[in-house]
Amino acid sequence: MNAHDEDRIKQLLRQALPPVLDAEPGHDLWPAVLRKLDARPASPPWFDWALAGGLIAFAAFAPSSIPVLLYYL
Amino acid sequence: MRDGESSVLDQFRQGNLDAFETLFHLHQRTIYGWILRIVRNPAAAEDVTVETFWRIHRAHARFQPARGFEAWARSIATHAALDWLRAHRHECETPLEPVQEPHAPASSDPALSAEIRQRTAQAFGRLPPRLRIAAVLAVVEERPHKEVAEALGISVAAVKLRVFRALRLLRKDLQQQGITP
Repeated sequence: MNAHDEDRIKQLLRQALPPVLDAEPGHDLWPAVLRKLDARPASPPWFDWALAGGLIAFAAFAPSSIPVLLYYL
Repeated sequence: MRDGESSVLDQFRQGNLDAFETLFHLHQRTIYGWILRIVRNPAAAEDVTVETFWRIHRAHARFQPARGFEAWARSIATHAALDWLRAHRHECETPLEPVQEPHAPASSDPALSAEIRQRTAQAFGRLPPRLRIAAVLAVVEERPHKEVAEALGISVAAVKLRVFRALRLLRKDLQQQGITP
């Protein structure tokens, strides 16, 4: 695809999807945020647990890496 | 940074709900607008904005004031919007609703038929979400590559590559439909 083709496809895309210049929500979203905070108490996400598990497993297989891991904590 | 704002950011980092509410009301509109540019659906943008601020609250202890709240929030918003695009990928492959905003320019070329515009929008909806986000922000919304890179957590070169791949795939899709851009 040369530069001319790229410009043409960009132009076509801009005409198919007009840019959004000014937007605001139809209402205040704070009450919805509060409801979500109440409904879903904060807890570590699953990937935090997966990372911790991976580090423990790595340390178990390579105990010599423990000082290095502790250094970076 | 002003002392008052700095104090609010520090309090937010410590988990203060009032400080979080202050930041929410300061940035709600900006974050909603950013998300709307990506998901292009006002109702979905509201849901993703709520999800974004929930994630922001959850991550308050990891906030680094030196980075600035808005850039950090925009990054979280971008990933929340990406999750939404992935979860609703099949819906996005159907015709996209044009976002009608009061100040949107009348930039459409009358010579370009409505059908071609619709087919282009549909083809764009079929692109992988991570390519679509880069293209919509960099090409349609004309945001600086650096800003897009920060929001996506990738390099400027990676943004350019994703935009190029998005445009190439879009062109190929349109050509298969007999449309030569």
